[in-house]
Formats: sequence, structure tokens, C-alpha cells
Amino acid sequence: MVFFYLGFVLMGWMNIYAAVYNEEHSNIFDMSQNYGKQLMWIGTSMLIAMAILVIDGKFFASFSYPIYGTILLMLLVVLAIAKNVQGARSWIEIGSFKLQPSEFAKFATSMALAKYLSTLNIRMQDTKTKLTAGALILIPMAFVLLQNDTGSALVFCAFIFVLFREGLSQNFLIFGFLGGILFVLALMVPAIILISIIGSIGLLSYILMRKTKKNFFTVALITSLCCGAVFSVDYAYNHILQAHQRERIEVLLGKKSDLKGAGYNVNQSLIAIGSGGFFGKGFLQGTQTKYDFVPEQSTDFIFCTVGEEWGFLGTTIVLLMFLALLYRILFIAERQRSPYTRIYAYGVASIIFFHVMINVGMAIGLAPVIGIPLPFFSYGGSSLWSFTILLFVLIKLDSYRMYVLR
Amino acid sequence: MSNTSGRNQQVVVAGIFTALIVIFIIRLFFVQLIEESYTVSANNNVLRYMTDYPARGMVYDRNGKILAYNQAVYDLMVIPRQVKEIDTLDFCQLLDITKEDFLDKIKKAKTYSRIRPSIFEKQISAETYATLQEKLFKFKGFYVQPRTIRKYPNNTASHVLGYIGEVNDKLIEKNPYYRQGDYIGTSGIEQSYEEELRGIRGIRIVMVDVFNREKGSYKNGAYDTVAIAGANLVATLDANLQAYGEKLMANKIGALVAIEPTTGEILAMISSPSYDPNLLVGRARSKNYGYLLKEPSKPLFNRAMQAYYPPGSTFKLTNALAALQEGIINPMTTFPHSFVVGSKSVHCHGHPPIALEGAIQYSCNPYFCNTFRAFVDNNKFADCETGYNTWRTYQESFGIGNKIGVDLPHELKGLLPTTSLYDKYYGRHHWKASTIYSLGIGQGELGITPLQMANVMCIIANKGYYYTPHIIKKIAGKPNTTRNLGTKHFTKISEENFNVVQDGMQKVVEAGTARVAQFREVVICGKTGTAQNPHGKDHSLFVGFAPRENPRIAIAVMVENAGFGAEWAAPIASLMMEKFMYDSISRPAIEERMMKGNLIHILNNTLEKKSDDVDAQIIGPSLHDFIPELNIGDWNIGQFTVEESTPENKTQNQNKENQRSPLSISEFTFNLIYRIEKNEYFS
Repeated sequence: MVFFYLGFVLMGWMNIYAAVYNEEHSNIFDMSQNYGKQLMWIGTSMLIAMAILVIDGKFFASFSYPIYGTILLMLLVVLAIAKNVQGARSWIEIGSFKLQPSEFAKFATSMALAKYLSTLNIRMQDTKTKLTAGALILIPMAFVLLQNDTGSALVFCAFIFVLFREGLSQNFLIFGFLGGILFVLALMVPAIILISIIGSIGLLSYILMRKTKKNFFTVALITSLCCGAVFSVDYAYNHILQAHQRERIEVLLGKKSDLKGAGYNVNQSLIAIGSGGFFGKGFLQGTQTKYDFVPEQSTDFIFCTVGEEWGFLGTTIVLLMFLALLYRILFIAERQRSPYTRIYAYGVASIIFFHVMINVGMAIGLAPVIGIPLPFFSYGGSSLWSFTILLFVLIKLDSYRMYVLR
Repeated sequence: MSNTSGRNQQVVVAGIFTALIVIFIIRLFFVQLIEESYTVSANNNVLRYMTDYPARGMVYDRNGKILAYNQAVYDLMVIPRQVKEIDTLDFCQLLDITKEDFLDKIKKAKTYSRIRPSIFEKQISAETYATLQEKLFKFKGFYVQPRTIRKYPNNTASHVLGYIGEVNDKLIEKNPYYRQGDYIGTSGIEQSYEEELRGIRGIRIVMVDVFNREKGSYKNGAYDTVAIAGANLVATLDANLQAYGEKLMANKIGALVAIEPTTGEILAMISSPSYDPNLLVGRARSKNYGYLLKEPSKPLFNRAMQAYYPPGSTFKLTNALAALQEGIINPMTTFPHSFVVGSKSVHCHGHPPIALEGAIQYSCNPYFCNTFRAFVDNNKFADCETGYNTWRTYQESFGIGNKIGVDLPHELKGLLPTTSLYDKYYGRHHWKASTIYSLGIGQGELGITPLQMANVMCIIANKGYYYTPHIIKKIAGKPNTTRNLGTKHFTKISEENFNVVQDGMQKVVEAGTARVAQFREVVICGKTGTAQNPHGKDHSLFVGFAPRENPRIAIAVMVENAGFGAEWAAPIASLMMEKFMYDSISRPAIEERMMKGNLIHILNNTLEKKSDDVDAQIIGPSLHDFIPELNIGDWNIGQFTVEESTPENKTQNQNKENQRSPLSISEFTFNLIYRIEKNEYFS
């Protein structure tokens, strides 16, 4: 696991170096450049990792709620004092040092959720449990959303996997999935047509099912819920989402082609990745990313650099490494005796998974452009620290698995 | 909550994770391995094809003097995005522009692009560049790009050298070699040897970043091509002689062409008034061009090969040669001292009864009118049309009425009437030699360019053949093989018939009308002409060559509206001959009189007098009605156009015409020619 971590961090660092590389600052240790700073972040991350490994394993479980509380407080402070950076108010500045508490909210929430769900006599099937767990997730999510950091807020959706593992009905996952499809369809297909399609599917399934009263009500409920969703999507889309978000979604759905404006990022990103070919152009040989055609190439679009310079081979290896890491985390989770550790591990896996999904997805044009970092790769101290903490807390907890009785 | 109870869920979660990664990998497979367009786009993004402009070839004269070379100039470029906090006042003072100009230009550049360079100021002088260079670091966003412009150090031969201009869209469409902003020769040598002079463009591929900043060469220049400089040309011109001739022709309207008969090399080609070729270079080009265009004496118009002049008495020579060859006359033939057609009669200037040699010496008009009539109306021909056509074929073999094929653009073919022209005008069979007798003495419907006249002199000097007159001897050190220059073009006249004509021409200078042309015991053959024309005073004309044996120079001089041939054209021609043969002048008095002679005022009067007359439209029926063999395309050369009259303006003109005395055909022709040379050349 530590090896995975080190591998990712090192690769990230090299790619940041490649992404912002230019002849004037060719020293990879140059502190004025992103890769230099990233080295510093890596160093501090190591220190944090060590510290975590030294701390007693019980500390995290015991202090889950206080940590959660502190982070919530910080989120509120951010809302109050933070300056507006690129439309989002998510940074706390302490001198020249910038922190992004929303990054830490992820792991705090994981811990709090783990703590709550691992309490004895908690059953996921209880409505009260569902509501409390939901609140634990939604409160920080709402705060982050208020900071106008939609990307980070969406990450909290990932916790649905955790809840699912802990016994939440699969219907939630299915509904979530269905909702996603409906959302996309509602944007692409006129409401009338969509509703008639939903209606006929409902009718058809009722006819095919046993014609009991219960089935009738279920189908009718689902159908009318779907129809309601279609209308609310239209409303939400036009009134709640911001203009740039609408544009990005439209570009993704192919409803709008705007290569100079909203679609620029994705198009340039695809060009960069696409031009990589099988083996890539080689380290430091990427022209698209190095010459700034791809925006944000050391943070959100770091995957482009991988794609351009290392080719299909590189991207596949990175993705498989992520998959292996996720498998490893799930494996660790399932071997725990302590539910706390298991739930926490699922939280870690879900968060990493969601980041990879959105970040890589947007770089290859499969997800809307939402600015969230690629774990361990992207430049940025808060994000690296946050993922380091997430992972090393898990490692520490895992090392205690033998001492914990069920 | 037990481990086992979560088994299913664990599989589902892992399955979702796997599914997504697999989807991503499949997508990447398509994006990175299957789709080609991204690679292409990537190259378009990052590669810029920079053109390396080759240096244009230089032009030397026959003695190695430089006629045209390249001078470095500097375009001041600006990238608006990078312009920050500059001292505008200081900057404007350096460039000598106002602040408004400055803001205007920046705005223009911004409209084009904020991040791409555009030209802020074209071709700044070397002096401005020098001062600017020192301070350029203060003006962020500006840089200087070197270019070359043409320079003509001797200020001579502007018509021959021509000029270069930026290509236009039409040309780019026609010739894919050229691109926006390229220069191309549009006149003179610059045009006719464009392909040799321009060289081969090089391409440098550089990589740029998103702000169009250069980041170095692509694959270390593996795909770059080196620019190859244009070929240097050696012209046949003698720069000294050319400059001398221009001095002689100063303040006169007219043209002068001197050719080396043994090779066809053009030694001097002058059209006066001329202009400084450097006027049409660089920043002031368009302004100067407009000015030259408006100038009533038409300095841009190359009279040496585009103006149609009545050859006058000089035409008697080819006339005599044709008659000799056809056996109409022999050297001993005499004619009466007058030539009478109806009410009109042509008389002699009063000289003893003479045969051919004397007739040339004294330029006897009746003699040549009679010769022409004897030729055309001769019984050996079925009718006068056949006679005329036979005569015409002889004239054509002298290069009259057709393009000679000089290696300069926009040469005109002149006017040698066909029978159909006369049929149109008089009606078929309603004309005969006595109707058109004035052709015999070089008047009437004749239009001959000075180049053609000089070429006729080469033929007479060579006794029967000529080499195509040309202006470029060598290309890149090798003989010019682009045109067929080594071939002798023979006339239909046999060699022995030239003797008596040469005898006559020698007498013209020794004891006839052109005694003023004698110098230093050189045996000169010549013929004066005093051509009547509808523009006022007669044109002064002289053609000749020297020395008679082993001729070195053949020449034709035309001075418009100057009077007798002996008064201006003959002295100028002989000074040119002497200058070429001896490089010094033994007759300073004549030289001074020629150089100081100012005949421009005569022209100005003429122009004013004529200005309300025939400028706007062709008088009478349309061009085609009269001169069918002149298809409009011939007149539509390069940038020159001649409009045909439309039905509406035809009636208008006819009304106008009624108020004047009816025009004779020759007047009509000359109006036409005059119009073309005066107005229509540079539209």
C-alpha cells in the first residue's frame, strides 16, 4: 500500500514537472515552480504520514467526532473569511500558506461516518440511522457547496458506496443510477417524449408482472416519480446550476460545440491525450501540455500529461494501478474485525474512486468539467495532504486489526 | 453487521470500480490509438510553418554595374498582449507619429489578434531602426523583423527594371506558389524574370506555445528547407549609356532604343519622361504610384515598346527593300517629281532627278508613294488586295505589326493594317493603292514601336536578319537560355538588296537630312523621319546604325512633337552612338543643346488642347467594327484595359462627332492609339 502511495506520488511529481517544464527552469528542485513546491508538499506529506503512524491507533476512533466538528467549524470560518479565488471561496490563507479545508472534510466525514455506523445496535435499515448518516454526509457537503466548490461537494456523493456496503438497500444505488440516466435523458430528449416513454415502460412492466395491487402501486409510484424527476431536472438545470456548469454539461452531451469557449479545455485535453498514441511522446516531449495548450495541466488536467507523454501504455498502467489500489483497500476493509476500520476503508475507497472517475472522465470527455484533483497526482498541498492522511490513517488502523475484538 | 453479510455488496462495489476503469481504458484506446484527428490537431496546435524569404536576385548591367540589389529594411512588429507600460510619448517621437496614430495602430493590431504579431510600422528606415534598437527593451511587446526591399542604385532604366509589388488575392488563386504578403515583380525585368529572381522559399517549422511564443525548432530542423536565393541576372544594358540617354531625353516626350545588331542585345531602352525606380519601393510606393499615374505625361508608360508611332520617312527603307525584292524597282528606277491622286498631290522638296539612293538621301516623298503604288497595283498581282498583302508580308518579316518577343512584359505589337481593315472602312474593292498611298511614306494607319524601329535597323545593319532583341544575357552566370535568343530571324529580303539602301542611308548622314549626326570619321547609316500626327507638331524621328561595316549599335530615337527629325532625334541618336563607341563626346555644343532642350511645354499645350476631345470614349463605331484583327485581348494586357463603346455612349459620341469635322481613318486610328497610350494603360 505504501508502495502504491509512493509510486503515485512520484509519478505525479514527474508529470507536474513535465507539465510545467520549460528550459528556463529546468531544475526539478526549483522551488519557484509547481514541481518544486510539490516536492515540498511531498516532504510534508511524508512527515504527516510518519506522525500518523506514530499516533496510537485508538486515537482516530475516539476522536472522530471532535475532528469532524473541528473541520465543520473550519468550513464555516472559510465561508466567513475566505477570498474569492476563481469563483470559489474555499481557501484559508495563513500568511503565504494556503489551505483548503474542504479537502480535509472528506476524511473527517469518513471518520465520523465510520464512528457512527460502527456503534453497537445500529441497523442500516432503520430510518433514523439513514437520516443521521445522511446528515453526517450532507452537512459538510452543504458547507462546501456554499463555498461554491461544486466539485468537492460532489465527492460526498461517493459515500453512498459506504452506506451501501453497510446494508443500505440496493434500491438506493439503482435509483441513483436511474436518476443519473434520467438527468441526462431529460436534458437531451424533450420532456413530453421522455414522459410517454416512461409511462409506456411502466405500463409494460405492470402488464408483465403479476397484477397485484401492490405491484400496481409500486409501478405507479416509480413512474410518477420519474416523471416528476424529469420536470425537476429541467427546473434545476435552468435555475440552480450556474451558467458555466450548464455549458460544460451541454458540451459533454454534445448539444453544444464550442471549441474556443466552454469546450476548449476538454477539446485540448483530448488532443493532448489523443496525440500520445501507444507509447506516448516520451518524458518532457509532450508539446500540448508543455506549451500550455491544456489549461490547469498540473492540477485538474494532469492526466493529459500522462496521456500525451506516456501514451496508452501509461494511462492504462495508471488506471490499473488505481484499480489495484482500490481492490487493495477493499481487501483490507473486508479483513477487519473492527467495523470502524472497515467503514472508514470503504470511505477512503469511495473518495479515491470518485476523484478518479470525475478527473479522468473529464480529461477524456466522459464527465463534465468539474475541477477536482487526481489523487496523489495533481499539484496542490491540501489535496496531497488530505489523501495522505486518508491513506495512512487506514494503514495505521489496519495495523491494529489484530488487537481489536469484535 | 458481519463480514459475510457484506459479501454481495463488496462484489458490487468492486464491480462498479472495475467497470468504470474498463470503460476508461476502452475510451482511451479509441482516443489514443484509433482516432487520428487528435494527432493532426496537436500538430496544428503546436507547429508553425515559418517562411524564410530568399534574397531576390541582383541585376547587373553588361559591364558589371549593379542595377538592382536588396536593401535590408525593418518591419516594426507588435504583439498587443505583451504591450505594457511603455512611454508612449518617447515611442511616438522615435517613430515620428502622433499619439492618435499610435492608438489607432494598436487598435488595428488588436482587432487582428492580441497574441499574434502584426506589423505596426512597415519598413522603417535604417536610421530609425538604429535609434529604436537601443531603446527597444523599454517597449515591451514590440520587436523588429528584418526584410529586404529592392534598391536601384543608379536611378536609371526604371521602365526596363520594372518594380515589385505585393501579390493580390486574384494572383494567389491563380498561382499557388504565392501567399499573402509575398512580393512579385509586376513590371519590367522584375516581372519577366520573376521565377529566376525570386529564388526558392524555405520553410522552418517551429513549435509554439498557446500564446504563439516560439519554443524552438521541430525535431531539430529535420523537416526544414533552406531558402535558396534568387539568381543574379546580367542585363544587356549599358548602364552608362542608358543614363546618358536618359539625360539626353530629359524634358522630352519620347523613346529611344539601342540594340547591338550582331547579338540582339538591348544596350539602352529609354522611355521619357521617366521616373526614379526607387520611388516605387518601400513605404512611399503606393503614394508615388498614384502620383505617377496621374501625371499627364504618363511616366509609367513604357513608350519604347508600348507606344504606337507613325514611322514617317523612316518607313521608306522597308518600303524600298520590299519593292527591290519583289522586282518592282531596281536601284536605277526613277519616278516623276510629283505624285497626284485626284485633288491631292505630293511634291518634292526640290532636288535633282534621282534614283533610289538619292530618293533615300533626300527623303523624296513622291518617289516612295510611286513605289508603293507600283507595288500594290502591280499587274503581276490579281488585284490590289493581293498586292497589298504581298507588301504587308514583307513588312511583317521585318518584325512590324507583330510582337518581336522581347523578354519584357507588356510589349505591344503595333499596327500594320490588314485588307479587312480597309474593307471595313472603305468597303470591299473600294480602295486601292492610291487610297492608302500614305503608307508608302510611313504615314496613315501605321503604328510602330521604337523597339520595332530599332530592330529594323538591326536587320538593315546585318543585311537581312535579326536576333530577338533581349535584355537579359546571363542568369546565375550562365547564358540566358529561357528564350530562343541565338536564332537568326531572316527577312524575305536577300542580302544584296540591302547595299543600295545602306548607300542611301550613308548619304543621308554624309550629305542629306542628317548631317548633324556625323562624328569622328565613323561611317554612319541613318534616316530621319518627321512624322505628321494628330497631336500637334510633328514627331522628330531618327533611325540608324554605326559603323556601316561591322555595325556595333543600331538605334531608333523618337521625340514627340519636336519637329524635324534632324532637329532633335538625329543629334540624340548620334550622341548615343558616339558615347557607346568612344565613351566621350567630341561635340559638346550639340550635347548641351540636346540636354537643355525642354520640349515638355509643347506637350502640355497639346494635352490641354486635346483633353476635351477624345479622352473618354472611342469615337465612332466600336473597336471591333474597325480593327477586327485587334482582338480586345491584345489590348487587354496586364493591368491595361480598353473599354469598348456601348450603344448608349456611342450615340452620345456620334452627336459629339457631328459637331466636328468627320474624322479620316488615319485620324481615327491615331485617336485610338493616342487614347490608349494616354489614358487606358494604367487604369
